Amino acid sequence: MNKPLTYGLLLCILMVIAPHAEHLPLWVSSLCAGLLLWRTYLAYSGKALPKRWLLALITFAGTVGIVIEFNTLFGREASVTLLVLLATLKLMELHKARDAMVLIYLACFIIITNFFYSQSIPTALYLLATMMVVVATWVHLQAQSIALKPRLRIAAVLLLQAIPLMLILFILFPRVPGPLWGLPQDAYSSSGLDDKMSPGSLSRLILSEAVAFRVTFNDKPPRRNQMYWRGPVLWYFDGRTWTPGTTVLALAPKFTELDQAIDYVVTLEPHNKPWLFALDVPDKLSVPATLTFDFQLLNNAPVNTRLRYAARSNLVYHANLQEAPRPLQRGLQLPKQFNPRARQLAAEWRASNKDDVAIVNTALSYFNKQNFVYTLEPPPLDVNTVDDFLFTTKQGFCEHYASSFVFLMRAANIPARVVTGYLGGEFNDVGNYYIVRQSDAHAWAEVWLAGQGWVRVDPTGAIAPDRVQRSLSAAVSNNAALPFMARNPPQWMRDLRFNLDTLANQWNQWVLGYDTERQFAFLMRLGMESVTWQKMALNMMSGLGIVIALFSLYMLRHLFTQQPDKVQAAWLKLCRRLTKAGLPRAAHEGAQDYAARVAASRPELAEAILDLATRYISLRYGAMNDELAQRVFLQRATAFKT
Amino acid sequence: MSQNLNNVIKQAEQVILGKPQQIRFALACLLARGHLLIEDLPGVGKTTLAHVLARTLGLQFQRIQFTSDLLPADILGVSVYQRDTSEFKFHPGQIFAQMILADEINRATPKAQSALLEAMEEQQVTIEGTTRPLPTPFFVIATQNPAYQIGTFALPESQLDRFLMRIQMGYPDAQAERGLLSGVDRREIVAQLSPQMESNELLAMQKRAREIFVSPALLDYVQAILLHTREAARYTHGLSPRAGLALLSAARAWALLDSRDAVIPEDVQAILPGVVSHRLQAVGEYARQNSNVLVRELIEAVAIP
Repeated sequence: MNKPLTYGLLLCILMVIAPHAEHLPLWVSSLCAGLLLWRTYLAYSGKALPKRWLLALITFAGTVGIVIEFNTLFGREASVTLLVLLATLKLMELHKARDAMVLIYLACFIIITNFFYSQSIPTALYLLATMMVVVATWVHLQAQSIALKPRLRIAAVLLLQAIPLMLILFILFPRVPGPLWGLPQDAYSSSGLDDKMSPGSLSRLILSEAVAFRVTFNDKPPRRNQMYWRGPVLWYFDGRTWTPGTTVLALAPKFTELDQAIDYVVTLEPHNKPWLFALDVPDKLSVPATLTFDFQLLNNAPVNTRLRYAARSNLVYHANLQEAPRPLQRGLQLPKQFNPRARQLAAEWRASNKDDVAIVNTALSYFNKQNFVYTLEPPPLDVNTVDDFLFTTKQGFCEHYASSFVFLMRAANIPARVVTGYLGGEFNDVGNYYIVRQSDAHAWAEVWLAGQGWVRVDPTGAIAPDRVQRSLSAAVSNNAALPFMARNPPQWMRDLRFNLDTLANQWNQWVLGYDTERQFAFLMRLGMESVTWQKMALNMMSGLGIVIALFSLYMLRHLFTQQPDKVQAAWLKLCRRLTKAGLPRAAHEGAQDYAARVAASRPELAEAILDLATRYISLRYGAMNDELAQRVFLQRATAFKT
Repeated sequence: MSQNLNNVIKQAEQVILGKPQQIRFALACLLARGHLLIEDLPGVGKTTLAHVLARTLGLQFQRIQFTSDLLPADILGVSVYQRDTSEFKFHPGQIFAQMILADEINRATPKAQSALLEAMEEQQVTIEGTTRPLPTPFFVIATQNPAYQIGTFALPESQLDRFLMRIQMGYPDAQAERGLLSGVDRREIVAQLSPQMESNELLAMQKRAREIFVSPALLDYVQAILLHTREAARYTHGLSPRAGLALLSAARAWALLDSRDAVIPEDVQAILPGVVSHRLQAVGEYARQNSNVLVRELIEAVAIP
C-alpha cells in the first residue's frame, strides 16, 4: 500500500465520519480521532502496522463499550457507532488492495448513514464532495499511475455520468408511505412552542431563528393583525406557570356566522408535538386531525416529519355562543392565595363597570395608560407574579401581558384563557410564501362574552401595537437582544435569506417531501396513466437500461468510429510547445528534419527531441504499433519541457 | 542496409567526386527497379557514373551510343541466316546486358528511342515472334543533352514517364573539381574498381526495397502531394497515378538506403525532385523556373498530415 493511497483512504474515512462526531459518544469520537492520528503517523514514518492481537483487543473493547453505552448493537445509534469504529479500525490492517476496496465500500456506506441525521442542502453538498473524494481514491486504487488531477477529473466524470441514473431512481423508485427510517426515536430534535408558559419562556423562544412553518396563501393573504396562528391553549394557572389543564373535554366546538374564508397550505417543520397551526377558526383540513373543544388542531401523533397540509379558515366567526358549563368553569380557575392586589383591582372594575365588555376595555386601557413597557428582558418577578408585574416592574413580554390579563379577567369573573402560537410571519417575495419562525412566537388571550362567544383579545396590542401590526423589532424598545435577522437587516441580506429559504423550501418540498403522493401526482403529470408501483419499477428498469446502454455505446464508440490519433495529437502538441519556445515547425517539415533542426539550435534538448522524433516516426510510419511504445511516447511527450 | 551497399556508395564516391546525392539517387533508382535519366551537358560525368555503378555492382555493362542513324535492330538484336546450319541465329543486340548506358538518347530518332523504351518497360524483347527476357537485374541509365541543343529529338512526355527518375549532374564544386583535375585519369580508376556486390545480392536488395513498410499516414502524405499538383494552377497537368506509384517505390528504396524499414515523409521529399521534375510542367511565369525550385515549392506547399 503506497503512501498517497493510504493518505487518500485516511481522508475518505475522516470525511465520512466527521459529521458523525457530534452525536457519537465522546469516547468513540476520541478513539477514532486517535486511531486516525496514529495511522497517519504510521503512514508518514513508514512503520509497521500494529499486530493482529492488539487490533483484536481494541475491536473487542470497542464493541463491549458500545454494548454498554447503548445496551444493544442494533438500532440506528449503536449500529452507526459500531460501523464508524470498525471502519476506522480497518485502516489499521491495510495490507492488500482488497482491504482498500473494503474501506472504499465502507466509506460509501457510511456516507448514507449520515442522512439518518441530517438531510439539509449543506449536508448533501458536503457528502457529494465526500463522494467525489471516495471515487477519486477508488480510481487511484484501480490505476495507481494516474496523477491527482486526471484522477479527480475521472471521478467527476463518473459522478456526472451517475446523474441520469440518480434522477431515474429518484423519480421512479417506488416510495413507501411514511418516512423510510421512521423509527420512533428518530424525531427531529428542535425547540418549538411548548404547552407550558411561564414568565420568560416565550422571550427565550423568540431568540431562535428556526423556521416553525411556511405558509402559502392561495389568494390574498389576510392582514397582519389577523394572522394569529393558534397553538396550545392554556387553562390552568398555578401562580407562575400556565398549562393546558387536566383533560381534554370531549366537546365539539360550534362555529357560527362564518365569513371571509381563506385557503392556505402549511408546511410544518417537525416539532415533536401533536398540534398543528391554523388561523382562527379552521373548518377544513387536508389531513386527519382533531379539532378540540378549545379550537386546537391536534394531529393523531406527534409531528416528527415535515408535514404539509391545506387548510381553510374563517376570519370572521362566532365561536361557541352557547358554551358548556365545564369550559366556562375552567375559564375562571385561579390559584388560591396569590396576587391579592390584582384580585382587588379586578373587583373594583367589576363594581364600577356595568358589563363584561366594559371590563375588558377597562383592562386594555389600563395596560395602555399605566406606562407599561414591552421588552424582551423583563426583570425577574417574585412569588406574586401578577401583582409584581402589574404594580412594580411594569416591564414584560407578551406572556406577561397575556398571563396578567387573563388573571384579571378571571378575577373579575369573566371566563378567559391564554392562547399561544405565532403572530404574523415574514413574506418571502422570492418564493411567494410566508415564513413563520420561532421568533414569531406569541401569546394572547381569549375571553368568553355572552352573545359573542370566545373573543380574541391581545393585551400586547394595547401596549405595543407595532408588535401586532408590524413586527417584533418595531415593537420592543431595545432590540439588541433580538436575533440579528429579526432586527432590520440590510436589503441584500434579506434578499439573500429569502433566496436561501426559498431554495430550502423547494428542497423540502420536492426532494425530501417527494413521497408517494407527490410521486404519483408528478408521474401523472408526466403522462403516465394509472400509476402503479409495478409500472414504476418497470419504467425504472428500462430507463436504467437505456441510460447504461447509451453510456456503453458512447464508451465503446472507438469500435465503430476511427479514434483520433493520440500519437499525432501528442506530436502536434509537442510542436506547438516548441513553437512557443521559438522553434516553429514548418507544415511540410518531417519529424526527423525538425528534430535535427531543434537539436542543432538547442543542444540541451537534442537527446530528448531526437528520442521523441524516433519514437514518433516508428509509431506513425512504422509497421509495429504496440500499446507500450505508444504509452512511452505519450508519457515522454507530455513530460517534455522546452 | 547491407555492408556491401555501403561499400558500393563509398567506392563510387571516391571516383565521382562531390556528387554523393546523384550516386544515391542512381542507387535508389536501381533498387526500385526503375530506370534513370541523366540530363546534363556533355562532360559532367554521366558516363563515368554509369561505369562506376556497373563495375562496383558487378553488372554486365553495355553502352549504346545513340545517333540519328541508330536502328532498333542495333539495340535489340537481329536474326541472321546461318549458311552452315541452314537456320536463323539470333544475334542479341546491345540491350542484352544488366546495365545499359543509353548515351545521348535524344539524338536518336523516335523509332530507335521507342525500341529502347519498350524494352525497358517490358523487361523483355520480342523479335520475329520470339520473346526473349532481358537479363536481371536490368537497369538503364539514359543520358540526354538539354533539349535546346541542336539536332535532338526531345523525348515526349509519355516516354519520359518511363524513367523513374531524372537527375542532373551539375558542375562539381571547386574542391571536387580540384580533386578531379589533380587526380589520376578517371578511366584508369574505373578499370581498377572491383565489384562490391553480386547480382544475386542486388536482386535480394530490390526485393527488400519492395517490402519496406508504407503506413497509412504516409499514403495520406503522398496523396496530398498528388492532389496538390492536380489542383494547383501552376502545373499544366497533375501527377498521374503511375507517378504516385513511382514516388512510393523510389521512397521505399531511399528508406532502404537510409537503413529504415518504413518510409517517412523525408524520404518522399528527398526523392521528389528526381521523380517529379520530368513529370511536372509549370505554366506561364513558372515555366521558366528551374525545375528544382518548382519541386521545392511543391514540397513547401504540402503540409505533412
